[in-house]
Amino acid sequence: MSRNTIPIRTAHAPSAAFDYISTKKDEFVGWARKFSLFPYPFVTACCAMEFMAVSSTPYDTDRFGAALPRFSPRQSDLLMVVGTVTHKQAPVLLKVYAQMCEPKWVMAFGACATSGGFYQNYAALAGIDKIIPVDVYVPGCPPRPETVIDAIMQLQDRIAHAHHPILTGSF
Amino acid sequence: MTEPIIDILQRELVPAGGEASRSHGMLVLMVPPDALLGVARRLAAEFAFDLFLDVTAVDWPQRTPRFDVVYHFYSTRHRMRVRLKTCVPEAEPVVDSLVPLYGSAHFMERECHDMYGIVFRGNADLRPILLYEGFQGHPLRKDYRKDHEQPLVPYRG
Repeated sequence: MSRNTIPIRTAHAPSAAFDYISTKKDEFVGWARKFSLFPYPFVTACCAMEFMAVSSTPYDTDRFGAALPRFSPRQSDLLMVVGTVTHKQAPVLLKVYAQMCEPKWVMAFGACATSGGFYQNYAALAGIDKIIPVDVYVPGCPPRPETVIDAIMQLQDRIAHAHHPILTGSF
Repeated sequence: MTEPIIDILQRELVPAGGEASRSHGMLVLMVPPDALLGVARRLAAEFAFDLFLDVTAVDWPQRTPRFDVVYHFYSTRHRMRVRLKTCVPEAEPVVDSLVPLYGSAHFMERECHDMYGIVFRGNADLRPILLYEGFQGHPLRKDYRKDHEQPLVPYRG
């Protein structure tokens, strides 16, 4: 046997801890889901600048598993509506939302997506919750990155403590 | 010394029933609706106003005739702007289209038609450009209520 040979461990030695854990299904699924948010940025207006800021390295949304935007609604589970939505755009937003697979969550990013902001006119939709359900609202015009991070964490809490009914029966 | 181009324009282009004034150094020509196309054609053909900047309207609800239609032209040779204004009544808000002179007039006239309901005779395609099909009324008219919404998607319960 040469001196450079690395011994190969052939048998798995029984260890004292962590061979198995027990938990509740909802907690386990919630824990997995809350750290794998794939945002779809529906970016329409000036809030996009702040979205870029929060997506950048200093704020590191990868800590929350929410860093990688998917530009297909079919691959994403967090719809971030960033900016003003007009009545003309509303059918597009509704279609994007309908294309997302369950489970899905919606974040209204900024004052306009939340309530229409300072717009009250023929063109602007007064808040996206008039057409799709919203899970978390981010105030601000535009919101600071810390506000967005807070919203992501609130959404994570909500996901972690939710009932996840898609896995039933034999699971 | 040669005569400034703005003076030449003022002397040459004021049609019968029109008037000229200056606003912040820019020549402003008030022209009757039926003389508009002729003045614009001379601006484009004889005086090198090669850039059509904008057409919009002004709503004066208390006034008769109710609408001003306002045009801006720019000459890249003379480096100056000229404004044309004409008045049209609410009952027949019709002016001649400038599409034969400037291709860019096409979209701008569509927008003006969207917002104010001005009809551009000769523009073959006045479909909504910023608004959507089925939109009732003209939102930049003063009598359009600011909170009047025409949603395309039914609101949730």
